[in-house]
Amino acid sequence: MTDALTISELRIRTRSHPIVDGIDLALRRGGIHGLAGESGSGKTMTALAVLGLLPGSMTASGSIRLADDTSAGVTTGGSAGGSAGGSIELVGASRQVLGAVRGRRVAMVFQDPSTSLHPQLTVGRQLTDHLRHHLGLGKAAARSKAEALLERVRVPDARASLARYPHQFSGGQRQRIAIAVALACDPSVLLADEPTTALDVTVQAGVLQLLRELVDDGGLSILLVTHDLGVMSAVADEVTVMRQGLVVESAPREQLFTAPQDAYTRSLLAALPGSSFEESPEELVEELVEGREGAAGSGGSDAPVAASDHDVEGGAR
Amino acid sequence: MSAGTVLEAEGIVVEYGRRPPLRAVDGVGFRVAAGEVVALVGESGCGKSSLARAVVGIEKRRAGDVRLNGADVPTLGLRRRSPVMTGMQMVFQDPNSSLNPRRRIGEQIGDGVRAALARGDEGSDPADWLRRVGLDPAMVTRFPHEFSGGQKQRIAIARALAARPRMLVADEPISALDASTQTSVAALMRSLSVEAGAGMLFISHDLSVVRRIADRVLVMYRGRVVESGDTETVWQNPLHPYTRALLAAIPLPDGLGRLPLAPAEADRAAWLDDLPEALERTSA
Repeated sequence: MTDALTISELRIRTRSHPIVDGIDLALRRGGIHGLAGESGSGKTMTALAVLGLLPGSMTASGSIRLADDTSAGVTTGGSAGGSAGGSIELVGASRQVLGAVRGRRVAMVFQDPSTSLHPQLTVGRQLTDHLRHHLGLGKAAARSKAEALLERVRVPDARASLARYPHQFSGGQRQRIAIAVALACDPSVLLADEPTTALDVTVQAGVLQLLRELVDDGGLSILLVTHDLGVMSAVADEVTVMRQGLVVESAPREQLFTAPQDAYTRSLLAALPGSSFEESPEELVEELVEGREGAAGSGGSDAPVAASDHDVEGGAR
Repeated sequence: MSAGTVLEAEGIVVEYGRRPPLRAVDGVGFRVAAGEVVALVGESGCGKSSLARAVVGIEKRRAGDVRLNGADVPTLGLRRRSPVMTGMQMVFQDPNSSLNPRRRIGEQIGDGVRAALARGDEGSDPADWLRRVGLDPAMVTRFPHEFSGGQKQRIAIARALAARPRMLVADEPISALDASTQTSVAALMRSLSVEAGAGMLFISHDLSVVRRIADRVLVMYRGRVVESGDTETVWQNPLHPYTRALLAAIPLPDGLGRLPLAPAEADRAAWLDDLPEALERTSA
């Protein structure tokens, strides 16, 4: 089995309507799989479903299987019950199984590191607590491991940083610390939900390089959830595009950006400055004003009139 | 004041708090001509929003002058503007907080129309503005919650333009929108403001969009403008080390998997340097 995580026929719904409507996705071992889509497309909920962290009002069905590489000798409490064919089923898994998976086998980083880190605990404490819980390390061993982690994510002056609090770091360094916390127990899968969206572009570049290195150094697979196709193009190996709870296209990175098969993917690229399918601002305005996105139905008939007496002719009709 | 200049800002300083005050904007001056789009870019906390708010008179200026068509722009906070000052309109980041959720959108666009009339300018029909931003004119009787985020922002743009502004100040108007509509809405703003002959100050951290719609660009770092000039000139040949780092860090959506360049910590010291030759650059 070469996939670290296999999602099949995943459905997530609230009582009244579906959020994710039967998607398949395979996260290759040692790769970065980008999950793209607009707000409300279900990409974040898909990531949360992996860890059984969906809001109480939502239910998941289908299957999410995590490759079981417990051969390293680490046996988890629930793997005997949930494991089949070398993988662990996460949909509908017991609290015991999920407890052993969360933070240990599958970890997550979020958009805003200042909410995912505890403001009143030192960085050292946040890095060692789950090391001691999951791996049963002693105080000194956990501390030296924490220091090594901070060095790995390149937080300057690692030893002194352990005694500091999250607010004493910049946004980019806080995100690096959040990544260090996530990596502490050597998870096989990292779920990253918009990890660079809140960061400045110069800081984002550094975090993207770090994510790529972590994967290339071996052992880690990343599911990268982001709406930013520029970020996807920089680090993802494969990209899945979601829309309204469905996968519209899934392809290797280069193919998706150079030969998209789906019209929706192409429309995303058309609106993206710098992509090979980019449309001119005039064309984009024309499409917007003609109301191709459909303003409640009745705008269709007078739309051509609206465009013609309006000074936005792009010349490429 | 040269011909065609709509907005002129000189030596603007904005400070917050006291003992010691935090200088968010440290002596910034610029001009915007009629029909021109000037973009203001920089990282979060560099003072772009403070500068925008100081320019329209929401934020108190510690020093500096702002003139709209030669008339001094007073610091009024959120108080009512004189008819002359409604010639400068603002579009904010979040249309959910700039539109009144309890009033019909036609009435809200009507506020802009009334501002134009009070100034002795031409009136217009709110429905017509909806059509120009690509929405169904029949929707004037609807409320903001019936629209998507991108549509709401277009309503806010319609309201601002209905006031027949000479100057439009837009503070991150596209960053709350979905990626697929960001460039379109920015391009629409350019098209409508150029058509109206208004100047526009477009604040954004999205450099690729800025490149598509701005005639000139101001690059801000730590409260100062470190580089400015014609957009293409700055892009083709950035002189200031901060501008260079900023442009190199933009990930390109070309599918080639190239990682953007991350600046080394040690390089950041040079970003504070003043480089006179990087200012006011023209293609000539």
